[in-house]
Amino acid sequence: MAVAEQHTPQDSVLPPAARTGTRVPTVIVDDVHIVYTVHGAGTGKGSATAALARLVMRKSSPNVRRVHAVRGVTFTAYRGEAIGIIGSNGSGKSTILRAIAGLLPPESGKIYTDGQPSLLGVNAALMNDLTGERNVILGGLAMGMSQEEVRQRYQGIVEFSGINEKGDFISLPMRTYSSGMAARLRFSIAAAKNHDVLMIDEALATGDRAFQKRSENRIKELRKEAGTVFLVSHNNNSIRDTCDRVVWLEKGELLMDGPTDEVIKAYEKHTGK
Amino acid sequence: MSTVSETTHNGAVAVGAPPAPSADDGLSPAQLAAKYGLSVSGARPGLSEYTRQLWGRRHFINEFAKARTQAQYTQARLGQLWQVMTPLLNAAVYYLIFGLLIGTSKGIDNFIAFLVTGVFIFTFTQSSVLAGVRAVAGNLGLIRALHFPRASMPIALTLMQLQQLLMSMFVLIAIVLMTGEVPNAAWLLLIPALLTQWVFNTGLALIMARLGSKMTDLAQLMPFILRTWMYMSGVMYSIDKLTATAPHYVRILLDTNPAAVYIDLVRFALIDSVTSSQLPPHVWASAVGWAVVVGVGGYVYFWKAEEQYGRG
Repeated sequence: MAVAEQHTPQDSVLPPAARTGTRVPTVIVDDVHIVYTVHGAGTGKGSATAALARLVMRKSSPNVRRVHAVRGVTFTAYRGEAIGIIGSNGSGKSTILRAIAGLLPPESGKIYTDGQPSLLGVNAALMNDLTGERNVILGGLAMGMSQEEVRQRYQGIVEFSGINEKGDFISLPMRTYSSGMAARLRFSIAAAKNHDVLMIDEALATGDRAFQKRSENRIKELRKEAGTVFLVSHNNNSIRDTCDRVVWLEKGELLMDGPTDEVIKAYEKHTGK
Repeated sequence: MSTVSETTHNGAVAVGAPPAPSADDGLSPAQLAAKYGLSVSGARPGLSEYTRQLWGRRHFINEFAKARTQAQYTQARLGQLWQVMTPLLNAAVYYLIFGLLIGTSKGIDNFIAFLVTGVFIFTFTQSSVLAGVRAVAGNLGLIRALHFPRASMPIALTLMQLQQLLMSMFVLIAIVLMTGEVPNAAWLLLIPALLTQWVFNTGLALIMARLGSKMTDLAQLMPFILRTWMYMSGVMYSIDKLTATAPHYVRILLDTNPAAVYIDLVRFALIDSVTSSQLPPHVWASAVGWAVVVGVGGYVYFWKAEEQYGRG
């Protein structure tokens, strides 16, 4: 594919797992608990006098609440795996991904990773007041590409995103894009680089069918390049198509971890499909 | 939606589902991590490694500043013209109030040049601080999506202010020429003066960025603090004349104020009637001192919380 990074010699050999039969871990999640502190929660009296009274009484604001989002999750991901994460809304899927990406500190437990994992989420907005073109360049540079690399891959990224299929949209500010177009461009930028660990948080749900097919192929390529891919999705078919292992979270606890078919069957039974 | 699940999900690289017994089985997660060289996620790199990463992102910083400058006035019809209009209008307002209405101009030669210099130089520091406060909070989308040294944000934003200042400098030099100053060798002193001020501003923006990322109330509070600072910095009056009869310590306090130091230096460079006798003692030493202390201090202070930006 045009966007793919040119292989350096050590990249192009098969992943060690395929050669020796041993499995090389890339992400180790060890008994992790995550607690959110939420400001501005609850109904709390929002008046200025109430706020002043709290300051004087040295009481903590009733608007601050703690939410125990992930409770003691443990698993190990290996090189070349594509892992689906499923569970109902609010079960801690996105939270655990953000913790693996190093954006959220665990309350207890440890997360070890190989290199710097990249998280691609639905709300990972780039710069809305800049054009798509600028976003591609800035995104590439921010990920650590050189100016030369960005120039080489620019065309490939734009083509992969399919933004220009319906006219010259790449030169318009990103705030004029539909949510699907913005998500496609974001994914194309992030997928232009080979990541050791790439985590995709429902980012593909908004793309059309043709784009979803392209992304699935790209995810397979990333796995071949000895990376690990995590995919959060509510679409069981897209999990079946891309993942060989599934982790099922419910209320912040790990319910099941195993081959895709087994876990999805159990999950569908649970949700009454 | 296709349902061809049986054929497509067995990718060529799929690792066999039942884990084969291996030598790693008895290891604890921490030992396993150590064996394969995994590191704790989100840990902060050392200071020299961090600086190296930041240097690697220098093109990003530059492009970011450029893109932001261009995007700044895209919604306005006059567009980039506002880069020049904003400082001009600012100077006009201050001239109306402090020059014509209140009359602080008494006893200052070439008051217009004196005032405009003060306004532009203070605005440089002021806008850097305001940009710094919002540097992390205002770019959360980018910070949460991509990994790069977070110091890139405040540094890019002060670079943007420097660019804006250079625009203002053209206006300033035009005004200074119109008020009858003649270009001379002393004008070259502008370069070190603005350079040290930029380093100082960057350090300050880094400090404000860390504070602003935690204390969300700071964005509301800063305009008041900055206005107080401006009135103490001799932007529209001469500290030298005002403090002629004041106690010594007041004089020293006002003279070591970094904003006043940089304003004094630029006035000294551009305006003939501002002579070295009016400059506070050791003015170059304090300009460089402030730049080094705040620049380096701010950088280290910002780096110390690197792993916390964008969280929560």
